Amino acid sequence: MRDEHLILRVMMKVLFAPIILFAFYVQFHGDYGPGGGFQAGVIFAVAFILHGLIYGVGATRRALPQGALTAMMAVGVFLYAGTGAVTMLLGRNLLAYDALVPNSTHHAGQHYGILVVEFGVGMAVAATMLTIFYHFAGREPEIRDEDW
Amino acid sequence: MIIADQLPVLPIITPLALAPFTLLMPNGRAAHLWAMAVTGLSFLFCAMLLAQVAEVGVISYQLGDWAPPLGIEYRVDLANALVMLLISGVAALVAPFSYESIRTEIDDRQLPMFYTAFQICMLGLLGVVVTGDAFNVFVFLEISSLSTYALVALGGRLDRRALTASYNYLVMGTLGATFFVIGLGLIYQATGTLNMADIRAQLEGSPSNSMVEASFAFIVVGMGLKAAAFPMHLWMPNAYTYAPSAVSAFIAAASTKAAVYVLIRFTFTVFGTDFEFIQAMMTYILTTVALAGMFFGSLVAVFQSSVKRMLAYSSVGQIGYMLLGLSFGTEAGVQASLIHLFNHGLMKAALFMSVACVMLRLGVHDCAGFHGLTKRMPFTAAAFIFAGLSLIGVPLTVGFVSKWYLLQAAFEVGRAWAGFLIVASSLIAVVYVGRVVELILLRAPPEEGPLSADVNGEPVREAPLSMLIPMWLLVAANVYFGLRTDVTAGLAGRAASALVGGGQ
Repeated sequence: MRDEHLILRVMMKVLFAPIILFAFYVQFHGDYGPGGGFQAGVIFAVAFILHGLIYGVGATRRALPQGALTAMMAVGVFLYAGTGAVTMLLGRNLLAYDALVPNSTHHAGQHYGILVVEFGVGMAVAATMLTIFYHFAGREPEIRDEDW
Repeated sequence: MIIADQLPVLPIITPLALAPFTLLMPNGRAAHLWAMAVTGLSFLFCAMLLAQVAEVGVISYQLGDWAPPLGIEYRVDLANALVMLLISGVAALVAPFSYESIRTEIDDRQLPMFYTAFQICMLGLLGVVVTGDAFNVFVFLEISSLSTYALVALGGRLDRRALTASYNYLVMGTLGATFFVIGLGLIYQATGTLNMADIRAQLEGSPSNSMVEASFAFIVVGMGLKAAAFPMHLWMPNAYTYAPSAVSAFIAAASTKAAVYVLIRFTFTVFGTDFEFIQAMMTYILTTVALAGMFFGSLVAVFQSSVKRMLAYSSVGQIGYMLLGLSFGTEAGVQASLIHLFNHGLMKAALFMSVACVMLRLGVHDCAGFHGLTKRMPFTAAAFIFAGLSLIGVPLTVGFVSKWYLLQAAFEVGRAWAGFLIVASSLIAVVYVGRVVELILLRAPPEEGPLSADVNGEPVREAPLSMLIPMWLLVAANVYFGLRTDVTAGLAGRAASALVGGGQ
């Protein structure tokens, strides 16, 4: 087993880190160039899906357990909605990100707001993609109850 | 933060920010309490919003301080506020109700998932209703629909048919959403704006063209699918029948209502009835569809052996009443439509809840489970009978108020025949409700066989208080709003005059 698909295994190890790095690039460069949370989340998930394809879903599950993914989904959505709500707590309308940096001359608040929101989106998308992958790849007659 | 300023957005953002945490709750009980708190908060905000709108008139809220028509605007008048109150109110009652019932129908470990989807579904429906931006309607519609598909599919543990029902709903619902968004695309092409008030301003006085007409046709078909209007209702009976009981109670009361509301909103305040094709659509198509639905739904309901399915087909008929009110195109018609929209939510939620109680104890939603129910579960039986009377339209209940205003509206536009057909179809309701009431009152409870004892083989007891109290609150609302007609009829009347009189 250890010697099978040696090239794939080695290439996977080489590629894993750059894919994650690229995901973060797309994530944080999203407000200057093409990209954003959704695309970054998918790319992030792709690294783990590749890992799952080559080392088996069991190994990937051990590296990134379902429980962590569920938490990522929830926190991602909370960041997404919560950033808008913070501006309400600061006394402005929902999504009025200018409130985050009140005296900025170049709407820095808008920048920070969208950055956090996109991070939330990326997190939720990556976790959701992987959850779908786990459930399809680990296809059992019934999804195991512990995975819910 | 001043709560009064933020009211339009609070019922939406509270569940959106708080619902994800339901997913992380350690057990079903914690998730349940969390969902109760969140839906309760939303209901509170909706009630405050309605009070505020009733006092100061239309409220416009600019998201992110971007001025409409470019920015997204939440525009709340009495019509939205009333429908929002219904949706959040039913959700706030179904949340405490659901725990005992849903625990027996789905896996314990799915409970946090269930309550998350439930809150998201409510927030989607509220969002559809509150927004003043046409595209935003689509976004929230998808949010609510996707969570509804998941909620319906949860019934799969008890009955595999829930999965195909949910899949069917998914296909039909997606078709509906696609049609709706094609319609939006066309109207965006024609007017260059997506803000509802702005679309209206652009269309006003301009001659009709085929793009506007096609857009309206797409929107009507899309929303008709979502609302389960008669020939497009095929997804609905199965979805309501096989969904977990508490889910049926919520979606039957809330989800199709949001679609009917959107139909009213687009017909009167986005396109406007001064277009000739809209007049023609209402007279020839909507009236026909509504009447056919009234009779088809009620007639098919008579022959159902499952009470849940019977109630689902009855909903097809009741949607017909709402569309009939809308098709008159008058203030009185829209008023009747809104009143019935609100009242039907109250009665259907109560009815589905009583079926959920029977389901909890006996494990069936067939007529057989209702034999001699007064002797075994007297409070559940009484709730079913009261809500059933309301569905028929007996005086002192909300059903009567709806029918009364609908009849008045029919006679006012000189369509007395429509009035007679309303009465005739109500008589069919007497048959299908009466059939079950006869079983409840006159039959003896089965002495032997699986239904002689509850699901655990013990003597059948009354449903727990956590289910009885929300159910009876709804029954009480059925009677209360049946007596205090000034609340619903008054608000709906003011809402209708604003809708028909130009959307202000």
